[in-house]
Amino acid sequence: MIKHTLHGKNIHLVKNNHKILFDVSITLTQGELITLIGPNGAGKSSLFKVLTGYYPSTQGECFLKGKPLHLWRKKDLAKERAVMKQQSIIPFSLSALDIIKLGRSPWEEPMNKNILDHVIEITQCVPLVHKDYAFLSGGEQQRIQLARALIQLWREEGPSGWLFLDEPTSALDLYHQQQMLRLLRSLVKKYSLSVCMVLHDLNLASLWSDQIYLLNKGSIVASGSVTDVITEEILIKWYGADLKIIKHQEYEKPYVMLCP
Amino acid sequence: MDKRYFVYLMVLLLLLIGAIIGAANIGPVHLSWSSLFNFDPEDIDHRIWMNIRLPRILLAVIIGVALSISGTVMQGLFRNPLADPGLLGISSGAGFAVAVALVIPMALPHFLTLWLPVIAAFVGSLLVTILIFQLSNLTKGNLSSLLLIGIAINALGGAAVGILSWVSNDQQLRQLSLWGMGSLGQTEWPLIFITLILIIPTVIIIQFYAQRLNLLQLGEEDAHYLGLNVHKTQKQLLILSALLVGTAVSVSGIIGFLGLVIPNAMRLIFGNNHKILLPASALSGALLLLVADTLARIMVQPAEMPVGLLTSLLGGPWFFWLILKEQWRRRA
Repeated sequence: MIKHTLHGKNIHLVKNNHKILFDVSITLTQGELITLIGPNGAGKSSLFKVLTGYYPSTQGECFLKGKPLHLWRKKDLAKERAVMKQQSIIPFSLSALDIIKLGRSPWEEPMNKNILDHVIEITQCVPLVHKDYAFLSGGEQQRIQLARALIQLWREEGPSGWLFLDEPTSALDLYHQQQMLRLLRSLVKKYSLSVCMVLHDLNLASLWSDQIYLLNKGSIVASGSVTDVITEEILIKWYGADLKIIKHQEYEKPYVMLCP
Repeated sequence: MDKRYFVYLMVLLLLLIGAIIGAANIGPVHLSWSSLFNFDPEDIDHRIWMNIRLPRILLAVIIGVALSISGTVMQGLFRNPLADPGLLGISSGAGFAVAVALVIPMALPHFLTLWLPVIAAFVGSLLVTILIFQLSNLTKGNLSSLLLIGIAINALGGAAVGILSWVSNDQQLRQLSLWGMGSLGQTEWPLIFITLILIIPTVIIIQFYAQRLNLLQLGEEDAHYLGLNVHKTQKQLLILSALLVGTAVSVSGIIGFLGLVIPNAMRLIFGNNHKILLPASALSGALLLLVADTLARIMVQPAEMPVGLLTSLLGGPWFFWLILKEQWRRRA
């Protein structure tokens, strides 16, 4: 299987005369789960919007499968990358199923019912689909949005492309956090899918990421495997928080503990 | 698509056909159906058919379609159930432009004088629509500021039309005030043809935007991620709906609240999928305006009530209820 990449090369972003991103380079490879972490206002969401093609970069360029992002036709790009934002407010009442189905709109061919049912099942949305989206809780809405984003990338053989998630677990309870991350992990391993997410919970990042990028003030200040980035020295330096790192005995992943 | 909705649509269509037949039979003079097809210039009944009743019914139907569709599109575009061409001042903008065109003397070739009010109304409504849309983005679609902007534009438009009537001569004033009351008494065939030529294709084109309107409901960013060219789509929809409002206002003056009442009522029955919401709004808008206009014709015989008054009477309480509902929803 050829592993394609989405490559952001020397990205600069200036908005309203503020430098938001400064010389950021990042590579998202299919088959990997990549996490962006960093203190508030570090530019994580802005980097997301550049990588997904929503903001044009001021300098530098993003290449998806080797082709500059802005040269992609919008519909073709929508078949390669899907995005789940933190929160989506929908003004009129629509059923959760309607929302999920909108994820299929880049595709001309009619929706494959089996794929729809499968995605609804693995995202655990079965009991939610006939409810009014506006009346779902924040966590339930996140699950619906994940289903919508997955169905956007699903082909006959499975999901393929780049899936961006901005704090996908922010409104989820422990059980559903675990379920969602396990699902993403298994999809990444099984199919030609790349997942890139912003996470605030460093322990979730530690348990499930292949690569971590630490952003601060618009620059990448640390990157690499979990054990490279989640260290006391790095986190204390960039977050300024008082913390300890313990090694989990069974899973061999660093575990971040705030000092009381 | 839900089969039930298809049945509802058919019911609406049958009701509309029934209303057309009913409206044709109601009036100060009873007309026989046979005289409709008796193309004899001596037959007075036939002339009433052709010059008064038929154009009026046609106009009510087509203006009803135009106003309700423009309301549906604006609500989808602004992502706001209270968007309405009247409330947002778009009709006022069109009205002001028509008033300017009527009062300011211009030497134009004859065929253009016929088109002049329509063109002016389109330009007026388009300018206000673009202004409001920009302001709406600026205020992040905040509901109350949007309505306040509408109030301001309505006040300005009203004052401007007032000034124009003040400087106009007697004949212009008569023209202006007749048109301003909002009525469907305009029965010249060339004008009706213009109306049909502009409104029917626009409404059909808008139907092809149904899925794009659905995508816009997710918000600009999500719609973009799903492959929609958001700004291009918004611009095109703004122009299409301004074309509808402009044409309607130039022919029939300002008929309020139809664009608010119809789409919201249809949302309750059909849900918010634009593929079904648009045709439902078109049919029921035509139905409501035709019924209201027929009532306006017969309620105070031999005089006639401006139909705009009737629709406002109906729409006012509905608007009130909608605002309360929005407040509850926001609190919940």
